Amino acid sequence: MSFAFYIVSVLAVGGALAAVLLKNTVHCALALTVALAGLALLFLNLDAQFAGFAQILVYIGAVAILIVFAILLTRGSEVPKDGVYSPNWAIGIVIAAAVFSVLGWAVLQSAWILPHDAVVPAVTVHDIGVALVGRYVLPLEIVALLLTAATIGAVIVAMHEKDGAQ
Amino acid sequence: MSASNLDQIFILIKNWLVAFLPQFWQPIAGAILGAVAIIAVYPTLFALAVLMERKGLGRMQNRYGPNRVGPFGILQPVADGIKALIKEDVVPFRADAAVHFLAPILLVVVVFMSLAVLPMGRNLVLVDMDSGLLFFFAMGAAVELSVFMAGWSSRNKYSLLGAMRAVAQMISYEVVLLLSSVAVVMISGSLSLVKIVEAQNHYIGILPNWYVFTPWGLAGFVMFVIASTAETNRSPFDLPEGESEIVAGYFTEYSGFKFALFFLGEYVEMFGVAGLGTTLFLGGWTAPLSVLAVVPSWIWFFAKVELWICFFIWMRGTLPRLRQDQLMSFAWKFALPFTLLNLMVTALWRFMGEGWERWVVCSAILIGAYVLMGRVGMHKGQIGPRRYRYAE
Amino acid sequence: MLGEGIMKGLMETAKNFAGSYVSKERLTTVQYPEERVVPAEAARVFPFLVYDGSDWQAGLRCVACQICEKECPPKCIYIDKSADKKPDAVGKVQFYPARFDIDISVCMSCQICVEVCPFEAIKMDTQFELATDDRFGGLLLDREQLAKSNEYYHHIHAAEAGEVDARLAAERAAYEAKAKAAAEAAAAKAAAAKDAPPAPKPPTGAPPSPPAPASDGGVD
Repeated sequence: MSFAFYIVSVLAVGGALAAVLLKNTVHCALALTVALAGLALLFLNLDAQFAGFAQILVYIGAVAILIVFAILLTRGSEVPKDGVYSPNWAIGIVIAAAVFSVLGWAVLQSAWILPHDAVVPAVTVHDIGVALVGRYVLPLEIVALLLTAATIGAVIVAMHEKDGAQ
Repeated sequence: MSASNLDQIFILIKNWLVAFLPQFWQPIAGAILGAVAIIAVYPTLFALAVLMERKGLGRMQNRYGPNRVGPFGILQPVADGIKALIKEDVVPFRADAAVHFLAPILLVVVVFMSLAVLPMGRNLVLVDMDSGLLFFFAMGAAVELSVFMAGWSSRNKYSLLGAMRAVAQMISYEVVLLLSSVAVVMISGSLSLVKIVEAQNHYIGILPNWYVFTPWGLAGFVMFVIASTAETNRSPFDLPEGESEIVAGYFTEYSGFKFALFFLGEYVEMFGVAGLGTTLFLGGWTAPLSVLAVVPSWIWFFAKVELWICFFIWMRGTLPRLRQDQLMSFAWKFALPFTLLNLMVTALWRFMGEGWERWVVCSAILIGAYVLMGRVGMHKGQIGPRRYRYAE
Repeated sequence: MLGEGIMKGLMETAKNFAGSYVSKERLTTVQYPEERVVPAEAARVFPFLVYDGSDWQAGLRCVACQICEKECPPKCIYIDKSADKKPDAVGKVQFYPARFDIDISVCMSCQICVEVCPFEAIKMDTQFELATDDRFGGLLLDREQLAKSNEYYHHIHAAEAGEVDARLAAERAAYEAKAKAAAEAAAAKAAAAKDAPPAPKPPTGAPPSPPAPASDGGVD
């Protein structure tokens, strides 16, 4: 648990807390972006370069922008009149604590199994690439199918508008 | 001083300076010195680029550029800097002050970080990352976020509109940028920019092995140039900051030093993306002919980057601004399919093996596709009665 | 082919860029205020009064007929006639303006005053650097400021001034000829009256002979 880990984890946890506690929805989205950046930094801390940069590229570059667009195109950018906290906040905390304990138990169980000073294999991008088209080729192809379906859907939606105007 | 000493002069200076410190502090001091060098050099290049742009645009438009401030207007950037610093920093009353303040800072931080992986000479890279290219694009994604923050925090319809348009444009062309770089990654086999330049460091006879001299490389280079112009919101893709349309778009409400920071961020991003393009396609710091390798490598790198900047300025002086729907349709209907085809042609190139056949086949496919797509595209643009699409 | 127009455009700007260092046609900037553009032959800014010779008061062509004051659309000319007379450009003895002011903040350079002036006295100047920091009187040009020599008029509008000079010379010649003829006729009449004996009483019914036609005075 190095010094850098503490700083990054403060950033990630602080961003996540701000994302739920702030009043302005766009501020919440930006705080979520900070939390995602913290996650990316955690990946980089663990020397998983590809995962870290892919996290920044995909989450911050695309997902955060998508969330912000969604907030802007709906009425979410207005500050709600009667507070942001739901009346059932106690139940929310209970559920969150339950999820956290389950996840923490799973992590700690697996942490006991790994020896403390194991040599972490350096995973290069090359290894990830080889694994993707070798062992994990089926998930890759399914994701490709999904992407194709999404693209065809986008094209159909755009074309449909053009026909409708005629 | 021998040629290779001149080539490595910055490394030698850094090692000499760092040797004064105890062993423990030396790596950190080296990294800090490198970062300081980048932060010192690029704003100077920015000042020169601004001056070159104004005078170059002037000459292209049959007039002088600024020529009053120093001899040939050399001190104009100094005057501009002083003006930006002493201007009043106006923040609109209902603007979101925190986000308004953070947006230019985020932009400048991110573009300077993206300069860390560019190999500016032999051994002259600040951080030699295994996935340096991915890091560069990750930083480019953060630029979009900063643009959006700037537009939204101004609480101004025009700023928001400009920011939305800018983000849409940047996302579309980022895909094109990435895919044209993936072709280079496929051939060189690594995401590390240092290794990509090393792969281009061979000479066939005296001609260089740059990727731009191959059919897929040329196509990828052209797409990269177009996409990089759109990424940095340069003319002809500068609708988000078009002065005559939406009054400077997402940085309407910025004045004084914050505006100067945006300007600096945009130009340094231009340098960064030009540096990336040089690294990927034009051979980075390698010399054009093997006999010219005596000239230091960093001079070649910066010369090529300056050529890119000159080309950007040339395009700005020539082309009219593209409308939003024109640039989006260009990105998705022409640039993306062409880049995907380029990827397939690159794969074909790789697997056809050495010889003249692969040149002929790849060139034929690419030229045929270009002409075909051009014809299809041009037919759509016939002059006729315009059909309008209204929101339902 | 796609991209052809862009290539042509890029070549054109490249020609502009390279040509701006070598040819004047591709760099038409004039570095004002160190250099100035030579104004065109027919350039006009604000009116001025022409005088012949070296003394602006004696040679002033204007006869204070006040036609330009009446014709001026924004009424920016203010004229006061003098009490005495002096010879004008043609030679006739006429009034002259005691006050001739033009308010150039009002003048719209329509040139109507020049077109209607019968005496070729008011013409259009080409000087435009007339800005002043005197708000209240600086833009009201008086007679002395407006009076400029005929040589200056030749300098700014050479062809026009040549024509005007020819016309004025012809008029002067015509006037002098008429004046000489009238003087000779008067002298002959005086001589005839002196020489003739005292005439007998004329018959009351006969009408007296019509008098000799007087010279054409006044406005021509």
